[in-house]
Amino acid sequence: MEAVNLLSSNRYTEKQIGYLFISVLVNSNSELIRLINNAVKNDLGSRNPTFTGLALHCIANVGSREMAEAFAGEIPKILVAGDAMDSVKQSAALCLLRLYRTSPDLVPMGDWTSRVVHLLNDQHLGVVTAAASLITTLAQKNPEEFKTSVSLAVSRLSRVSPSRGTELDTDRCAARSQHTCPRCLIPRAVLQIVTSASTDLQDYTYYFVPAPWLSVKLLRLLQCYPPPGPCPPSRGGFGGPALRPLSEPNLLVRACNQLGQFLQHRETNLRYLALESMCALASSEFSHEAVKTHIETVISALKASSFHVAVGSVLVPQTERDVSVRQRAVDLLYAMCDRSNAQQIFHLLHSKFHLCSVPTRALLLSTYIKFVNLFPEVKGTIQDVLRSDSQLKNADATVLEEMPPFPELHAVSVSRPPGAGRCAPRAHRTATLRRRAARGRFLRLTLRGRSPGSRLRGQLRQEIGSSRSILNSEDVKMFTEVCLAVSAVLAPSPPSAEAAGSGRRMFIFYGNKTSTQFLSFTPTLICSDDLQANILGSVAPRPLAEAACLCVAHRYGGTFQNVSVKLPITLNKFFQPTEMASQDFFQRWKQLSNPQQEVQNIFKAKHPMDTEITKAKIIGFGSALLEEVDPNPANFVGAGIIHTKTTQIGCLLRLEPNLQAQVKRLEGIAEYA
Amino acid sequence: MIQAILVFKNHGKPRLVCFYQRFPEEIQQQIIREIFHLVLKRDDNICNFLWGGSLTGGSDYKLIYRHYATLYFVFCGDSSESELGILDLIQDLVETLDKCFENVCELDLIFHMDKVCYILQEVVMGRMVLEINMNEIVAQTEGQNRLEKSEGGLSAAPARTVSTVKNIGLLEIPRIINTGDLNIKVPNPSQFV
Repeated sequence: MEAVNLLSSNRYTEKQIGYLFISVLVNSNSELIRLINNAVKNDLGSRNPTFTGLALHCIANVGSREMAEAFAGEIPKILVAGDAMDSVKQSAALCLLRLYRTSPDLVPMGDWTSRVVHLLNDQHLGVVTAAASLITTLAQKNPEEFKTSVSLAVSRLSRVSPSRGTELDTDRCAARSQHTCPRCLIPRAVLQIVTSASTDLQDYTYYFVPAPWLSVKLLRLLQCYPPPGPCPPSRGGFGGPALRPLSEPNLLVRACNQLGQFLQHRETNLRYLALESMCALASSEFSHEAVKTHIETVISALKASSFHVAVGSVLVPQTERDVSVRQRAVDLLYAMCDRSNAQQIFHLLHSKFHLCSVPTRALLLSTYIKFVNLFPEVKGTIQDVLRSDSQLKNADATVLEEMPPFPELHAVSVSRPPGAGRCAPRAHRTATLRRRAARGRFLRLTLRGRSPGSRLRGQLRQEIGSSRSILNSEDVKMFTEVCLAVSAVLAPSPPSAEAAGSGRRMFIFYGNKTSTQFLSFTPTLICSDDLQANILGSVAPRPLAEAACLCVAHRYGGTFQNVSVKLPITLNKFFQPTEMASQDFFQRWKQLSNPQQEVQNIFKAKHPMDTEITKAKIIGFGSALLEEVDPNPANFVGAGIIHTKTTQIGCLLRLEPNLQAQVKRLEGIAEYA
Repeated sequence: MIQAILVFKNHGKPRLVCFYQRFPEEIQQQIIREIFHLVLKRDDNICNFLWGGSLTGGSDYKLIYRHYATLYFVFCGDSSESELGILDLIQDLVETLDKCFENVCELDLIFHMDKVCYILQEVVMGRMVLEINMNEIVAQTEGQNRLEKSEGGLSAAPARTVSTVKNIGLLEIPRIINTGDLNIKVPNPSQFV
């Protein structure tokens, strides 16, 4: 309240403090706002330009809707008043801009628009800048009103001339001598030097480039309208955003080359900006090729900067230490990637893969997936990389292994827009990627056998991909292998004869290789009813047509994961090998020749017919391999008994390979009624 | 558009805080802390541009900062601001402060907060850069000083002004002043009654 009283004082000091207080601690108390608005209104109309300035500042900094309502009509008048001071015009322009941004509907178009355009010709460059900003924003919604600004902007641009390089400038240059002056790097060819007879631009000169920010603003203004004629050329390193509207290809190429020179500059800031600007240029069709020519430079910017540091008497190349610059370089690599250099860029990105932290790796992996989508020639290489993930030496790092490219992975990566492939590990993006990548995480199933004397491997680790997706043929093969191979490993029957062969145990070992805890870890066994009865180890009376499935649900990193895995619980696990003599075998064979009891399958051999492997498979299947029973030595014969709770089923099998025709005939007979 | 201007010490203590966008108090403090942490990690040889933190718009906003001895000057702006331009502006601002305060040091920021704010008002208005010409800014400031002197300054003002200044509570005067290698200028406290 005190402050509001101060506002209405006549003394500048008090007013100033009052306004400062208001702008710092404005509240939404309606009473006060009305009072404030009153005071501001008085000051706006005051003859003292300082007071007007204070009022304009307050409006601009607060910019509330009530203020807009009250003053939006007043300010244009101040702006175009003939006798207004430069500072007032500047302030009024920006104030109006602010009000327009918050409440565009409250700013009416009127006569003042044509006069605002005229401000572009003002002597005071600050006024021109402010007016240019205002017109640019207004012209986007009302292009017709401000059409006349185009010619004025162009002529103003051409009138901006280089400074005469006085001593004053050199001193100022030295004062900022943290940087090396980039003047020598701006080729004169790029700057169109047009001498002018008007304003002295000494105060607005930046490293001998005249009024660069103003030029950029004017260019932005021109961007709102179709190009009138010969486009003004681009400025050295400043006009990053201004370069985009230029559609003349050779100008863009020149700009690219200029930026290419900046890429190797000593000054880190310039390197950063050069990379950023080239990234923008890479997306334009005209300049894409030109940008690509600089790929070597970009790569070297990633690896080693071009300057050397003298250590003793030896010049040592310095690697780019600046993380921001490296980020931009990788961005640019991604932007300039196309069919011709996809392979090269991929290898470059991947060469650093092993050095990356986990979130960065997730990003890189998702980038690879995008490459697979876009560039088929790289697909093979990437697939190899993804498959060989298990070879990565990351003992305690998070295992964010991607699956081989299943169809639905593509859907996952396509959902991100192609232009957004930044490799910067930002928090929210990393989280998203982790979730996506985690779907492809591998569960390691360890099936352990009890018997120490088992012939085959004591422990078998199988990696079975998450079966959310369709199992492709590889997985089916793996699954089959597990069914065959591990069966020999399962526990043999306990010592007592009665319980012989009835017990089969399967151990499932869950390992968490990630660094985050799994929460709510719930394994659920989903299986057919037949098997349900047998979970504790007894035997199914019927053949199991469908394999049982283990569903593991858990929370990882805040999201639910559900992984389903087929369990290799098949009938053959319950075989007990039985030895019998040849005579017995064939006797039984003839006995059980009932068609219902017999099954025969002739199939083409997929793999070379190796005796040892076949023997191993038959043993793995669970039956005993009966040697020298069959008169034909090439045949394989096996017998086993399936023990169920109630009955025992004898099974005989005979495998006849035919080497010439590369086919095999497998017959199985069971005592099953 | 400029979202915020911050000046803080090497330890993170804020010396000047200007938010051009409304944030509640706690959020402001969090932003200051976040920006400080982002900026503190930077080496002196690397570039002066950063993406904004999570509270300040992420990658849509950029932080442009400069480190002067014991103080960090940080401008938070959106993509329409030119990085080199803002960098130059920071330099201009500091030079202006130097001219107005004669060998400016951290104490000036503490004890003459109002003057610093007025200078800043000449530079940035309504989230846009108002004036980059140093001479203009200095001229405006000197004009204001002259006006103030002609009115007799604060000590001649009526009591209510003085009480308002006291009530604003903009300054927190530290007990222990550590300004690194800058000159320590002891101000005349009688101005403040």
